[in-house]
Amino acid sequence: MEIPALVGAGLIVIGAGIGLGKIGGSAMEAIARQPDATGKIQTAMIIIAALLEGLAFAALILGK
Amino acid sequence: MHRNLGTEFIHVMQKRTVVKILLIFTLVFNVANLFAKEPEKGDGGKVNTKSEIDAYIEHHLQDSHDFTLWSDGETGSHVGFPLPVILWDNGLKIFSSSKFHHRETVAQVGEDYYKLDHGKIYKTDAAGTINYDEHHHATNVKPLDFSITKNVVTMIIVGVLMLLMFGGLARSYKKGALPTGFGRVLEPLVIYVRDEIAIPNIGKDKYRKFMGFLLTVFFFIWILNLLGMTPLGVNVTGNIAITVCLALFTYFITQFSANKEYWKHIFWMPGVPVLMKIVLMPIEILGTLTKPFALLIRLFANITAGHVVIMSLIALIFVADNVYVMTPISLLLTIFISVIELLVAFLQAFIFTMLSALFIGLAVQDHDHH
Repeated sequence: MEIPALVGAGLIVIGAGIGLGKIGGSAMEAIARQPDATGKIQTAMIIIAALLEGLAFAALILGK
Repeated sequence: MHRNLGTEFIHVMQKRTVVKILLIFTLVFNVANLFAKEPEKGDGGKVNTKSEIDAYIEHHLQDSHDFTLWSDGETGSHVGFPLPVILWDNGLKIFSSSKFHHRETVAQVGEDYYKLDHGKIYKTDAAGTINYDEHHHATNVKPLDFSITKNVVTMIIVGVLMLLMFGGLARSYKKGALPTGFGRVLEPLVIYVRDEIAIPNIGKDKYRKFMGFLLTVFFFIWILNLLGMTPLGVNVTGNIAITVCLALFTYFITQFSANKEYWKHIFWMPGVPVLMKIVLMPIEILGTLTKPFALLIRLFANITAGHVVIMSLIALIFVADNVYVMTPISLLLTIFISVIELLVAFLQAFIFTMLSALFIGLAVQDHDHH
């Protein structure tokens, strides 16, 4: 039986969701601990989120 | 900084609200569906609408040889303007895309005949026959296509617009320290790119050389993303050829401005055993390629996804059983997604510039040895 591609897409999204949740959660904790460094933390957070997103998109497009 | 946090918070709240509203509307839609009259079966009308919508969305995502603003499905008339088609097929052939009559007829140029099939131009006979192989690929001769397509026109317009905007800003500094007119809007954005993107990533003494590229890429992507949200129906940054080109710029600028340290870290990683150096070399070389690859995929996928979501939400009106219930739902959802897309338009331009600056910064910075 062939597994439909949509299942793979769902798995990718679950993985990306977990990753983004971890990044966001840690950033929130970091900001709460160091409110002065908010800007730097946010920038780093966005970069890592973008890298993760790129990975997820690459998987989605290559899997299509 | 607190303002950033505020917008972040609003963003999160918006997402939550959207989810809630989506849930509510799903419920309403389901209830409305119960009362809606049963669709007539057997005529295949619904199926046709769906495939028509699919074709429409696919057509929107692709580049086109004419600039169609809207079409009337009933009378078959198109409102828009034709664009020049430039072909290289044993000599230069230039003619107007109106000769194709919106992909319906064969264009005759001298003694040759050309036909559009799925956005590509093929050389055909006078009747316009296109032969397909078993994989449903056309086997006709494909002349080299240098046409001024819809995307090219949009990019030229954006280029001219940016030239006027920033030329005006630059000229206004000759009169005084304060920019005048629209330059007052642009100056903070330029300073934002310099202070938040270029200097932190590339470094205070080296950033100046790359400011031109970073500013161009930032405003080019941002304006094109925003144009994609207007009813003009352009989709430039959602076209993979264009994001490939933009990423190639970043790639070549990074490689050609890289210093000795950068190459040393790629080909002969210092501080690790020799065996490890050999293992790391192909990985590092591959790494230089995956960085721009992620860059191009991200921009392309984000913008394409945004366009598909908005068009699918609008298409809900046409597949619904009860148009009067569905129209306001579709409209509200589209407005919400559009607001998020406005943010995404900026965010993607920011991320692209930011990561470009980061990659350049990694290549030019002096590694301090501990």
